[in-house]
Amino acid sequence: MTSTDDRTPTDADVCIIGAGPAGALTAYSLARRGHDVVVLEAGERLTPEDHHRRMEMWLRPNFERNAFWLDELRDAYTSTGEINARLNDTRVKAVGGTSLHWDANTPRLHEADFEMHTRHGLGRDWPISYDDLRPYYVRAEREMGVSGADDNPDGPLREEPYPLKPFEPSYSDSLFAEACEELGIAMVTQPKAINSEAYDDRSECVGYGVCNACPSGAKYSAEIHVRKAETEGARVVDQVQALSLEHDWEGDTVEAVRYAAPDGSEYRQEADQFIVACGGIETPRLLLLSKSDVYPDGLANSSGAVGRYLMDHPSVETTAVLAEPTRQSNIGWVSSRSDQFYGIDSPGPGSYHLTFSNTAKSTSGGAQLRSPPTSPSNVLDAVEDPSSEALADLANDPLNATTFGDGLDLPTTAGPPYPLSIRGAGEMLPRADNRVTLDRSQTDSYGRPVPSIDLSDGEHERETIAHCREIQKAILSELGAEVTGSSTLSGRDMSTHHMGTTRMGTDPTESVVNEECRTHDLSNLWIASSSVFPTGGANNPTLTIGALAIKTADHIDETL
Amino acid sequence: MTDRSAESADERPTRRQFLTALGGSALAAAVYGYGVEAGTATEGSTAVQSGDHPASQCHVDVLTAVARAVYPSTVSVDSSFVERRVFGRIEPKPGHFERLVAAIEAVDGHAQARFGGAMSEFSAGRRRQVLQSMGVTTVHPTADGTTAEQVRFYLVNDLLYVLFTSPKSSELTGIDNPPGHPGGREAYRRGSGEGDR
Repeated sequence: MTSTDDRTPTDADVCIIGAGPAGALTAYSLARRGHDVVVLEAGERLTPEDHHRRMEMWLRPNFERNAFWLDELRDAYTSTGEINARLNDTRVKAVGGTSLHWDANTPRLHEADFEMHTRHGLGRDWPISYDDLRPYYVRAEREMGVSGADDNPDGPLREEPYPLKPFEPSYSDSLFAEACEELGIAMVTQPKAINSEAYDDRSECVGYGVCNACPSGAKYSAEIHVRKAETEGARVVDQVQALSLEHDWEGDTVEAVRYAAPDGSEYRQEADQFIVACGGIETPRLLLLSKSDVYPDGLANSSGAVGRYLMDHPSVETTAVLAEPTRQSNIGWVSSRSDQFYGIDSPGPGSYHLTFSNTAKSTSGGAQLRSPPTSPSNVLDAVEDPSSEALADLANDPLNATTFGDGLDLPTTAGPPYPLSIRGAGEMLPRADNRVTLDRSQTDSYGRPVPSIDLSDGEHERETIAHCREIQKAILSELGAEVTGSSTLSGRDMSTHHMGTTRMGTDPTESVVNEECRTHDLSNLWIASSSVFPTGGANNPTLTIGALAIKTADHIDETL
Repeated sequence: MTDRSAESADERPTRRQFLTALGGSALAAAVYGYGVEAGTATEGSTAVQSGDHPASQCHVDVLTAVARAVYPSTVSVDSSFVERRVFGRIEPKPGHFERLVAAIEAVDGHAQARFGGAMSEFSAGRRRQVLQSMGVTTVHPTADGTTAEQVRFYLVNDLLYVLFTSPKSSELTGIDNPPGHPGGREAYRRGSGEGDR
């Protein structure tokens, strides 16, 4: 890893906290227009070689995958709801943020997602429409390099082609397609920020099949816009922890960010404009930690909405086996999806999308699993709770084999039968009780209360996902496959998408930021994050995060 | 290497015995660079780093001998595969290759002390006996563990890692382009008639 030596403050027009996709895109967008930009990032900067090391960590069951960034004390949290927050399995604190291990799926939200209250009496409307955001979606797709095809009859309206040609469907897509056609379900191309051809000085995908730790650079990560921002003169300071935001006497503007360097030194970075871009958990946490006499409940929290309305995307998977080959795990990404059941007007109680497996075959280390089944922490879990599934995971990995030579365990065999699966992710409605608060019983390495995550599913999510599972089983049955398992929401983990905790709205009494993503309370404080989503739809949020970040940068540029 | 297992340090061959063979050769890692220039990353591209590693040819030969015992007999392997895939990859953590070399020396030392010969002289079955008698088949791979745990972590599991990220494992697993191998974007589209897996 590399690092910046000088971490002292410098003159800046704009200070951005967080170097993930939102922070990197705003930094680049403002720096290229001549503004002095400083980005403060808690994590480290990775080298190209580090990405190869990360791939090996991802593929070997005896490494912890998050070891390359995790600081257990700094990143401590508590999880109090029915849903296990598992924050440190899903987020990344490093230059590039969580895009360092995202799946790079980049569908847009649908038109109805912006108007859920008007159309269906659910949640809150966004203060902007799909049409308002559409030009920024176009810009975000170009910046990230999104491949896709305009072939989705159930998707949002597009007027422009994708920047990159689509990836071709997989062999197993052709099996699913026959069944879907019989059932009248449209299968379409999955848009993704992975290069289907060389683009933006990055190679095309060469098929490493470990997308979460892609070493080739074909998958977009925010490191790309960090580099571009630096080329335009931005200063990106890694390994500094933003501790709090300080405002002026009246509480009208932010004056500085107080931050800590690795040697324990504390500094104040001043700027004209401040952007908090720390994701759906740390963004509200930083505001709550920045309480003052003017804002006793947390900075920019006159509404009381900071930390509330946390949403994720509940997801389930139905697995099956087929007598004929399914050609799984020869590529790492999903190539096809269906939005047939996206929208309240569609069949089913709520929005969800389906994705069709290319990676159902087991591999050493569980390459496609978010947390490897035999990582040291999971081995401990298995010892404490020796379920048959956990023990099978331990026993089946060749890197834990107890016999060698012809008796060597294999992660999977050539078949038959042959595995395949369908995943589905649905919408969670915003509820005030689902929230991020400060757990004052536990402090991090800087002596600050850790975030506490309280998230539970409601009836809307349970009904939506129940419908999703029935459709998954119907497709697999039509295909002639034998269903071998179907996950439920019971005891589930939080997904990788954290949304809603500083929501956007026109009413300052119930929202944190306005339609420009500027806080209602402080005129120079902006938020670039999925935390501003008033509703989360059922689609992956990062493209929308990018579109909003670019839009926010435009608004900030107008003030400078 | 922490030695809490039966064998003692003085049973191991010295580093000098290994260094009587030629020093490790420099290899270019067959890897793709992060952020390489557009159009330059075709399959087979090379060079992110040179393979300047601490293993001698003797180490590679012992490692190859162990590979032939650990891998199923249907997998053919030679020393160039082992050197390129194991020592030619980017070192996963600083010091990993040094500890792998130490593990190789520990295994060969155990073979000499307990079985009266070098690993490369034994049959595959006898090599597996050597590993078994060290406890390598029953311990959990642990980077800073006992000798057996470290042999498992650095030596055996490095070999298994490079096997299961190589098309050499395809016949065993039915995956033509296994995760970790940059085998392009043809295999996932190929129909069952063109490869019955």
